[in-house]
Amino acid sequence: MEQAVIYLKIIFAAVFVQNFVLSKFLGLCPFIGVSKKRSSAIGMGLAVIFVMTLASAATMLIYQYLLKPFKMEFYLDIVSFIVVIAALVQFVELAMRKLAPALYKALGIYLPLITTNCAVLGVTQLNLEFAKLNGITLTDCLLRSIVNGVFAGVGFTLALVLMAGIRERLESSPVPECMQGVPIAFIAAACMALAFFGFAGIA
Amino acid sequence: MDWKALSIALGSMAGIGAVLGIVLAWGSKRFFVKVDERVEQVEAILPGVNCGACGFPGCSGYAEAIVTSEATMTLCSPGGAECAHDIARIMGAEVEAVEPKYALTACQGGNVPNRFDYSGVHDCRAAVVPGMGGGIKHCTYGCIGYGTCARACPFGAITMNDKQMPVIDEEKCTGCGRCVEVCPRDLNRIDRESRTVFVLCTSHDKGAVTNKICDHGCIACKKCEQECPFDAIHVIDNLAVIDYEKCKLCGKCVDVCPKGVIVNLRKERRARKQARETAAKEATT
Repeated sequence: MEQAVIYLKIIFAAVFVQNFVLSKFLGLCPFIGVSKKRSSAIGMGLAVIFVMTLASAATMLIYQYLLKPFKMEFYLDIVSFIVVIAALVQFVELAMRKLAPALYKALGIYLPLITTNCAVLGVTQLNLEFAKLNGITLTDCLLRSIVNGVFAGVGFTLALVLMAGIRERLESSPVPECMQGVPIAFIAAACMALAFFGFAGIA
Repeated sequence: MDWKALSIALGSMAGIGAVLGIVLAWGSKRFFVKVDERVEQVEAILPGVNCGACGFPGCSGYAEAIVTSEATMTLCSPGGAECAHDIARIMGAEVEAVEPKYALTACQGGNVPNRFDYSGVHDCRAAVVPGMGGGIKHCTYGCIGYGTCARACPFGAITMNDKQMPVIDEEKCTGCGRCVEVCPRDLNRIDRESRTVFVLCTSHDKGAVTNKICDHGCIACKKCEQECPFDAIHVIDNLAVIDYEKCKLCGKCVDVCPKGVIVNLRKERRARKQARETAAKEATT
């Protein structure tokens, strides 16, 4: 029961309270770049969920079995994480192209865009909080990281799809000429971020 | 200086790098996917505007379809004949000449009054208002005039004139068909250059009604029907319709139409075609 509450808290925090785009302001590049159409926003979102999950698992293993035993966790985490994530995504892309062409068509074009995205790196850094907790088993730590990774991705997808819906409407709205395109998109994003700050006090 | 920590850090990073490098190298061999190099060549020739006129998702999708021979080489209307020729050279086949196509708006406006004040979104698709009996204009068939087609045109070929009607610049128009897709009234159409006589009205309202609300609407007077020597134009459901199987583009109906609904674009198009051919000749010499 207690475990379930902890996981629920992690999920709620990842999706709403600490939404990567709207309250941590990470991954703004894909957020603005790929939010013009809902279909591509969903594709991008799925790719982010996929990469964040993979990255969470892989970096936590690196941290527990390499960085921590050799006391390198304070200065080598970001460097090794970037390398591992980039290579992992690259490898998955290669394998996907050969083994699952349909999946590659849906996600493949977005994968290279997020190999070293700050949102992906951000989630692995947040996961390190779990590793620093006292009295937590290795599997527990790994499981929490993965859950956090999945739902951070879900939060990113939520923000991206909402934004794409808004921007599709903005397309046919009478926007002043100087504000058309990205400027009005940023203003809309700011309003969304304000709305998401309503979650700030929870949990 | 802590040499031990330094060497551990260096060694582990080098180790990670080496392992990942080897795995990636193995992976790229193991999962190698052969891509037909002609796809890239064809894609380089296509205009790259991703207009979708060919019916494929973007130029790269069309290039792939050409190479796998799912599609013919002449579907790209922005690229035109030249593009089809270049593609044919890569594919090792010949194609017949492609005739240019242009868009045309089948409505001339004609000062149709509004039925009510509209202050909603400045877009035809929004102003059609299905719940209110078909839009803000008294004519429920004609152009709404909010310029959705002009904004949709990827080539800037459509401008709105002072009567809020779209004007198509055939110099810029490539016949891609985007304007056809976006028009909620289905007024735009794409047609071959050599087809020059058109009925520019789509109203099925009774003649008396059309006469009252529009200066350039078909009033179903049947003068064109009587005048046509080839039995090629008929008034069907209060609207003159040309049967292009029979039409010889003589233009007699154009002269008798009391409302100026029928037009003949032959003169302008012939002049433009000649200019294009002389330009092509100059370019080759």
